[in-house]
Amino acid sequence: MLLVIEQVLNGLQFGLLLFLLAAGLTLVFGIMDLVNLAHGSLYMMGAYFAATFAAWTGSFVLGALLALGATLLLGIVLEFTALRHLYGRDHLDHVLATFGLILFFNEAVRLIWGPAGLALPLPSWLTVPVQIFPGIYYPAYRLAIIVVALAVALLLYVGVMRTRIGMLIRAGASNREMIGALGINIKLLYTLVFGLGAALAGLAGLMQAPILTVQIGMGENILILAFVVIVIGGIGSIRGAFLAAIFVGLIDTLGRAFLPNLLRQVLSSADASTAAPALSSMLIYLLMAMVLVVRPEGLFPANKR
Amino acid sequence: MKMLFNVRNAVPTLVVAGLLLLPLYSHLSGNIFILTLFTRIVILALAAASLNLIMGYGGMMSFGHAAYLGIGGYAVGILAQEGFGSGFLQFPVALAASALFALVVGALSLRTRGVYFIMITLAFAQMAYYVASGLARYGGDDGLTIYKRSDFAGLINLSDRVQFYYLCLACLLGVLFLVWRIVNSRFGLVVQGLRSNEQRMQAIGFPATRYKLVCFVIAGTLCGLAGALLANNTDFVSPAIMYWTRSGDLMVMVILGGMGSLFGPVIGAVAFLVLEEILPFIIAIVGTPFVGDAVAGQAGEYWQLVLGPLLLFVVLFGRGGIMGTLGRFSRG
Repeated sequence: MLLVIEQVLNGLQFGLLLFLLAAGLTLVFGIMDLVNLAHGSLYMMGAYFAATFAAWTGSFVLGALLALGATLLLGIVLEFTALRHLYGRDHLDHVLATFGLILFFNEAVRLIWGPAGLALPLPSWLTVPVQIFPGIYYPAYRLAIIVVALAVALLLYVGVMRTRIGMLIRAGASNREMIGALGINIKLLYTLVFGLGAALAGLAGLMQAPILTVQIGMGENILILAFVVIVIGGIGSIRGAFLAAIFVGLIDTLGRAFLPNLLRQVLSSADASTAAPALSSMLIYLLMAMVLVVRPEGLFPANKR
Repeated sequence: MKMLFNVRNAVPTLVVAGLLLLPLYSHLSGNIFILTLFTRIVILALAAASLNLIMGYGGMMSFGHAAYLGIGGYAVGILAQEGFGSGFLQFPVALAASALFALVVGALSLRTRGVYFIMITLAFAQMAYYVASGLARYGGDDGLTIYKRSDFAGLINLSDRVQFYYLCLACLLGVLFLVWRIVNSRFGLVVQGLRSNEQRMQAIGFPATRYKLVCFVIAGTLCGLAGALLANNTDFVSPAIMYWTRSGDLMVMVILGGMGSLFGPVIGAVAFLVLEEILPFIIAIVGTPFVGDAVAGQAGEYWQLVLGPLLLFVVLFGRGGIMGTLGRFSRG
C-alpha cells in the first residue's frame, strides 16, 4: 500500500511536469500553428541555466528564479530571430527548421558547458522527507514540485480564462485574422505566448534537474512525451493537456513500477525482467495510438476555426 | 535541346554519373573510406526516396519511417542469428515484414490528419523501437552483430565492397525507376490528386483511404529493402536505427533535397551525409586564418552548430529544397 501511494504521487509529479512542458507546446501550436520540436531544448536550457546560476549565487531558489527569467528571455529572442518567420508556413518546414535548432542547442551546450553532465544540488531543507499521512513519508522536493506545478497550472488557468491577455490568447487561437483586424498587436501577442511557453518549459527543466542529471539531449525524450500528451489531449486544449499529462504521468510511472511483477506471474523471471522495461516504455505510445484510432482529434479537441 | 541542358537536369545526371564512377575513383586513389561512406549514402538515399513517395507525392507526413529500416535490418539479423544465411530468404522476409507493419500502421494512422498523423506514425515507430530493445535473445538495447552477410549462392558477394556498392546503387536506381513509374501511372495521379484535394477526389468516386494505404505500404516495403541493405553494410543492427531522430534525419534529407521531386531525396541524402563528414574540415580550414589551426581544428568538432542554422536557412530561404532552388535558378 505504501508503495502504491508513493508511486501514485511520483506519477502525479511526473504528470504535472509533463503538463508544464505540454502547456507551452499546445499554446504555441494552438495559437501560432507552429510545431516546435525545439521546445525540449528550452527545457534543457532551463536546467543548465539553473545549475549555473545556482552555483554562482550559491542559492537554489535564486538560481531557479534567474534561470526562469533567462529561459523567458531566450524564448523571446528565439521567437524574434527565427521562429517568427515560420508562422504560416507548412508544418514540415517547422519540423525541419526546429530540428535544426535542436542540433544547434545541443552543440551550443556542449561548447559552453562541455560534454559532461552537471549536477544541481538541493538545499538541505528540501532533502528531508515529509510526513504526508501518519506513517507515510515522501521527499520534500518532490512534494514541492507537485505544489509549484499545481500552482502554476491554476495560475495559467486563471490567466487564460479570466484576464484580458488570456482573452486575447483564446481569441487568437480561434481566429487570428479577426483579432488582428480588431487592432490587437498580434506579433507582440505571439512573442509573449512563445516567451511564456519557453518559461514553462524552463521551469519544468529546472525542477527536474535535481532529480536527474543535467545533460545534453535531456529534452528530446521528454519532448516526445509532451507531444504524446498534447496529441492525446487534443492539440490546442489546455484542459486536455492537463488531464492527458496526469494520465500519461501515472500510466508511465505505475507501469514502470508494477509491470515487472505482473509479468513475472506469466513469464519466467528472466524474460519478465528484460521485457518489462520495453513494455512499460511502450505503454503510453500504445495508449496514444488507441486514443487516436478511436478519436482521431484527441480526447478534448479545441474549437475548430 | 534547350530543355536537356538546364541546371535541374544536369545536377541529377552529374550525381548519378558520379555515383556510378565512384568505385573507380576509390580504386585509383586507394581511398576505401569514401566507398564505405557512399555505400551508406546510397542506402539512406533509397530510404529517403521511399519516404518521398508518401511525403512528397502522397502528402502523408510520416515521422516514423526509420521503423522500416529497423524491421528490414532485424529481419536479416534475426534470420542470420538463427542460421538462415541465404539472402534469397532474408530479403523477401525483410520486405514482407516491412509491408505487414506498414499495412497495420497505415490502416490505423490514415484515420487521422495533419499533425495527428505525424504523431501517430511516430508513436508506432517508437513502439517498434521499444520492442527491439526488449528482444533479449537478439541483443536487446545493445544490438545484434551479424557475423555473416546475406549469402546469394555465389551470384553476388556482399562482402566484396565494390560488388555490394553496386548492388545498393542498382537497388537505388531500381527504386527511383519504380517511383517514377508509380508517380506517372493512373494510381500515382490519383494519390497526387488526393494530396491536393481529398474531398474532391472522394466526390469523383475514388476510395481515398485505400489508395493512400497502398501507397503507404509500397513506401514501407521499399524502406525495408534499405534496412536489409543497411544491416548488411554495418554487419550490425540495433534499436538505435529506429530511434525518432533517425526518422527526423530521413525527413530532413527529403526536405533538403526537395520534396516531390524524383531525385530530390538522393541529392538531399548526399548533401546531408557529405556535409556531416566534411563540415568539421570546412570549419577548421575557414577558421585557421582567424584563430589559428589548433583552435579551428577543435571548433570543427562542433559542426552541428553550423548544420542546425543551415537547415533553418534552407527552410527560410530555399523553398522546395535544393531541387526547388535549382529549378528557380534554371528558369532565371
